[in-house]
Amino acid sequence: MDIHEYQAKTLLAEYGMPIAQGGLAYSPEQAVYRAKEIGGDVWVVKAQIHSGARGKAGGVKVCTSEDGVLAAANDMLGKRMVTNQTGPNGKLVYRLYVEAGTAIDREIYLAFVLDRATERVMCVASSAGGIDIEETDPEDIIRIPVEPAIGMQDFQARQVAFALKLGSGQISEAVKAIKAAYRAFRDLDATMVEINPLVVTQAGHIVALDAKMGFDDNALFKHTNVSELRDKSQEDAREMNAADRGLSYVGLDGNIGCIINGAGLAMATMDMIKHVGGEPANFLDIGGGASPERVAKAFNLVLSDDSVDAILVNIFAGINRCDWVAEGVIQAMTKLDVKVPVIVRLSGTNVEKGRQILEDSDVKLMTAETLAEAAEKSVAAAKSNAAPKF
Amino acid sequence: MSIFLDEKTPVIIQGYTGKIGTFHAQEMIDYGTNVVGGVTPGKGGNTHLGLPVFNTVKEAVEATGAQASAVFVPPPFAADAIMEAAEAGIQFCVCVTDGIPTQDMMRVKRYMRSFMKDERMCLTGPNCAGTISPGKAMMGIMPGHIYIKGNVGLIGRSGTLGYEAASQLKARGIGISTSVGIGGDPINGSAFRDHLERFEQDPDTDLIVMIGEIGGPQEAAGAEYARDYMKKPVLAYIAGLTAPKGRTMGHAGAIVTTVGESAAEKVEILREAGVGIILRPSEFGTEVEAALARL
Repeated sequence: MDIHEYQAKTLLAEYGMPIAQGGLAYSPEQAVYRAKEIGGDVWVVKAQIHSGARGKAGGVKVCTSEDGVLAAANDMLGKRMVTNQTGPNGKLVYRLYVEAGTAIDREIYLAFVLDRATERVMCVASSAGGIDIEETDPEDIIRIPVEPAIGMQDFQARQVAFALKLGSGQISEAVKAIKAAYRAFRDLDATMVEINPLVVTQAGHIVALDAKMGFDDNALFKHTNVSELRDKSQEDAREMNAADRGLSYVGLDGNIGCIINGAGLAMATMDMIKHVGGEPANFLDIGGGASPERVAKAFNLVLSDDSVDAILVNIFAGINRCDWVAEGVIQAMTKLDVKVPVIVRLSGTNVEKGRQILEDSDVKLMTAETLAEAAEKSVAAAKSNAAPKF
Repeated sequence: MSIFLDEKTPVIIQGYTGKIGTFHAQEMIDYGTNVVGGVTPGKGGNTHLGLPVFNTVKEAVEATGAQASAVFVPPPFAADAIMEAAEAGIQFCVCVTDGIPTQDMMRVKRYMRSFMKDERMCLTGPNCAGTISPGKAMMGIMPGHIYIKGNVGLIGRSGTLGYEAASQLKARGIGISTSVGIGGDPINGSAFRDHLERFEQDPDTDLIVMIGEIGGPQEAAGAEYARDYMKKPVLAYIAGLTAPKGRTMGHAGAIVTTVGESAAEKVEILREAGVGIILRPSEFGTEVEAALARL
C-alpha cells in the first residue's frame, strides 16, 4: 500500500525526521489559508497523488504570493495528473500540501528498501539528490545493510552521513534523520521509505523535502494507523475491486483476457499467448481453489475491460477436481452474458470428466487440451473477434 | 532416501487441528506420508485424525521423534511457528502459509542463521505448495497423483506451474525423484541454489528442472552454482515475459524492481551459465525428454 507525501512526512516526523512546516488543503481558499498560517513569503504547493515525478507534470509549484498560491491550487485541484509513473489515465488530484519554501544548499538521496539478496533492510543513499536513483552511476551510491537483530546503529548512520560528504555541523542532524527513516521502516513494516531529496538548507539544517512510503500489505493488520491512510481514489478501480474479492489482477495492454489459478501458471499462460503472437489483456490469479464463485467474479472482472476480444481460462485442478471446476465455469457463463469467445483449458484431477461436462453443456465455449493449443485458439479467436467496436 | 523425505520420515503438522491443516494432513496420510502427530497450542493431550496433538513442537519431537514439519499456521503466527520448529530440532520444514509479513521472515532467517550449519533446519516456503518424493511421501498441498517416480529433480517457486510441469512429464512417462516448492514470497526459507546442491549429491536424480519467475536474485544465484559446481544437467523456465516492471504479479515476490530481475534477463543469465532454457511453458515434457535422451 502506498500513501501520500504529507502522510509519509507526518509518520516520519513522529520518528524525528525534520520536515518543513506545512498543511493540507482541499480547496484553493484553504490553500491560501494554509499559506497565511505558515507565514513567510515563499510557499510550495504540491499535488498529493500516489506517484513520483510530480514536478515535471506540473504538480509542484513554488509561489511567492498568496495570489500565486491560489492560482497554483486552482490549476491542480480536480485534475488527473499524468506522470511517467501513473499510466495514461493519470491520478486525480483532490488534496494539496502547502509547505513553507526551503532555501536549498544541497540535495541528497536517502532511502531504505528491502534487499532480497542479503535479505535485509538496506540503506541506499547518494550525494546526488532529486534524481532518479536508477539512473545514477552505481559507484556513487552508498549501500549499507542493516543487521535485523540489532537494527541500524549510530556508526552506520555516521558512515552514510560522512560518505554523503556532509559538513561536521550537519552530521548529528543527518544521523537523526537517517535513523528516523530506518525506525519508521522497521516499526511500521514498510517496504520502502524514500526521501528524495533530503536537503541541506542554506541555514545549514537537514530537511526532508519530499517523502514516499510503501507498506507491506501482509503486515497492515499490525498497524491500523497506517491502514487507515489508504486512499482508494489513487488505486486502479479494477485492481482494487479484484483485491477486495481476494483475486489478484493487473491490467495490461493486450486483448486476450486471462483467468488462471496460481500466479506462476498465470504468468506462464501469458507468456504462451505472447509466444504464439497474441497479447494478454491482464494478469489474473483466482487462487488455488478456483471455486464457482471465484470463477464468476473473475469473468465479471475480465469482461469489465472493453479491450478484451477473447477469454482464456486455464485452470489446474488438483485437490479440487476438474469436473467441479467445469461446473463452476458453466454456472458463471450461464449467469453472465459473455459476448466474446471463451477458451477453456482444464488439467489435473478428473480432466476427462471435466472436459466432457464442458463439451456437453449448452454454453458456448471452446476447449483445449494443452497449454499451446489453448493459447493458439485464444489468439485466433481474438483476431477474428476484433471487429471494429462502436 | 530421497533428498528430504521418504515413507519413513516422521512428520508433524503445525496448525494441525485447524480446517486447512486437518484437510491436508489427511491428504498426506492418504498419500503414505508417515504423519506422527500435530501441534496446536492449547489442544495438547487430544487425539486428532487418530494421532496425538501436542502443545509445543518440542513436546511433539520428544514424544514422536519427528524430523519434519508442515506448517499450516495463519500468517500472523506463522513466523513464530517456523522458529519454534527450528528450535525444537526439526530438520526439514515446509511452510505453506501465504501472506507472512516480510519483516517477520527477515527475523526468521536471522534466527535460523544462529544455528550451527549441521543443526540448522532447512525451510522451504513460505507460500509454497510443498515437497513430494513420488511413491514415498508428500508434505504440502499438491495433488499426489500427478507425479510419478523417476530421476528428474524439480525445484519451483509456483504451485500450479509446478503441477503443469509434472503433468507434462507424467504424460511422457517421465518421473520425478523429488519436487521441491520454494515459494513465491520475497524472502524464501531456501533458494534454488540450496536445492541444486542437494540434487547434485542425490543418487536418485539425474537431471534438474528449475521453474523460476520474475523478481529477486535467486535464479541468478542458482545459475552461478550450476555453472561452478554441477555435473548434472540443469534446465530452466522463467515465467513472466509479459510482466510489466514494478507490478506485483500475484506472488508477493514476483515483482521486477531492479536490474537482472526480469524474465528476459534471467533467461540470459541462465543461458550464459550453461543452463538449458525451456523457452515455452508448453515444452517442459519435450525438452526434458530430449535432455534425458542426451544423458
